[in-house]
Amino acid sequence: MASTSENCMATVLKDWHVAHGGRMVEFAGWLMPVQYSTIIEEHQSTRTAVGIFDVSHMGRFYFNGSGIAEFLDRLTTRRVVGTELGRIRYSLMTNEAGNILDDVLVYRLPDGGDAEYMMVVNAGNRLKIRQWLETRLLNSTIEFADRTLETAMIAVQGPLACDLIKGLGSVNPNDLKYYACEWGQVCGHEALVSRTGYTGEDGCEVIVAADVAVEIATTIEQAAAKIGGRPAGLGARDTLRLEAAMPLYGHELTESINAAQTELGFAINLKDREFVGRDAILTAKKAGLPTRVGLVLEGKRAAREECSIMLGDQKIGFVTSGTFSPTLQQAISMGYVAPEHTAVGTAVEIDIRGNGTPAKIVALPFYSRSQ
Amino acid sequence: MDPNQLKYAETHEWAFVEGDTATVGITAHAVEQLTDLVYMDLPQVGGQVSAGKPFGEVESVKATSDLYSPVDGEVIEVNTALPDRLEILNSDPYGQGWIMKVKLSSQDSLNKLLDLAAYEQQCSEHG
Repeated sequence: MASTSENCMATVLKDWHVAHGGRMVEFAGWLMPVQYSTIIEEHQSTRTAVGIFDVSHMGRFYFNGSGIAEFLDRLTTRRVVGTELGRIRYSLMTNEAGNILDDVLVYRLPDGGDAEYMMVVNAGNRLKIRQWLETRLLNSTIEFADRTLETAMIAVQGPLACDLIKGLGSVNPNDLKYYACEWGQVCGHEALVSRTGYTGEDGCEVIVAADVAVEIATTIEQAAAKIGGRPAGLGARDTLRLEAAMPLYGHELTESINAAQTELGFAINLKDREFVGRDAILTAKKAGLPTRVGLVLEGKRAAREECSIMLGDQKIGFVTSGTFSPTLQQAISMGYVAPEHTAVGTAVEIDIRGNGTPAKIVALPFYSRSQ
Repeated sequence: MDPNQLKYAETHEWAFVEGDTATVGITAHAVEQLTDLVYMDLPQVGGQVSAGKPFGEVESVKATSDLYSPVDGEVIEVNTALPDRLEILNSDPYGQGWIMKVKLSSQDSLNKLLDLAAYEQQCSEHG
């Protein structure tokens, strides 16, 4: 059962989580709620109404000065130069080997704030990426600030999420394009609202000053409760992102996996540009390395990380994440499989603690919301 | 079954002993902590179980957990209806939610089990 550590960081919403029944666990060095009610209830609320997630543990880096776009362009797999004001791009950061240091969101912030660019990084990679950036900024005039602790970030996800945030302030997220953001007021406080998320549902994420986060979370929670919404923890966040086939750093993405293996082609632009890891990714693309696949298992028993994927007696791959899917009512997994065996429909077996469980390779994502 | 009549393992299983037979299940506290149960692996009838050793697995959305036998002996019956109706564990963990019946090969392990008061104290101290 879940254990907690005394040396964890805590977000400004920690006491709020506990007051709402959150079961706190350690995640990436932070004390976070894994669930408040049950994972399945929180999952279903997010799919049908609203789920409210504290994602303040994720790193928020701000940049000011000239040459930021060119600087970030050289460190990410996707073009930053040319990003329009108020637009956001999902991207990977790779090392010289083309292996994945992190997956990040790069924001070109709209006018009206006190920074020009922002980057959101995974909680567990915050210090690593900060060092990676700061080392490369030593002789630069670009100003860099890690404001993770001074700010809070709340994800409001689900089909009713954008309307809910519209009703609480000056920003109508319905008017934002996907992966766009805008400054405005939420509950009377300055906020950056983006139409982003990690659940496979429509929704937004709100970044505010840390000292108003409890007030804003409370107001959002009260409004959500009236329409079938509720706070949701890391457990539901994981089942939601897995159904949507979104990779999770430490599982689908690691420093042992080359960006070319991830099937995230939309986030990797190799043409007419240079960035750290580009040549190695180009080489890896031709090397026939295992690539990311989705698997649906027979029955409800989930495969977990590191289970072997077998074809007869031959190990053809390994599982990186798995869970019971509340939407499909079946066990689902993502993993990496040798490219000659990745055809959709391929029947395989997954070794779950010594038991061969029949499974089939399927197209990703497992779940797409109706548009 | 009356929780006062049961004996408890620190690992959150219960046993109801009648003569040389024990009925075994998991506690309401365990069910509440696990939440979202989706799968249970039952032991084989005729197999041997040992106190403190795993005899099966229960899986929630979040994680897989071993089930530990509170007693020593041979499995003589398993609740085959349970894996398809795990919600019974929420409503009746000490009755219809029983998992297996064991013919005891020894009474030794019973002394190590807790009574209800001691088990509840452990739960309140350790969660």
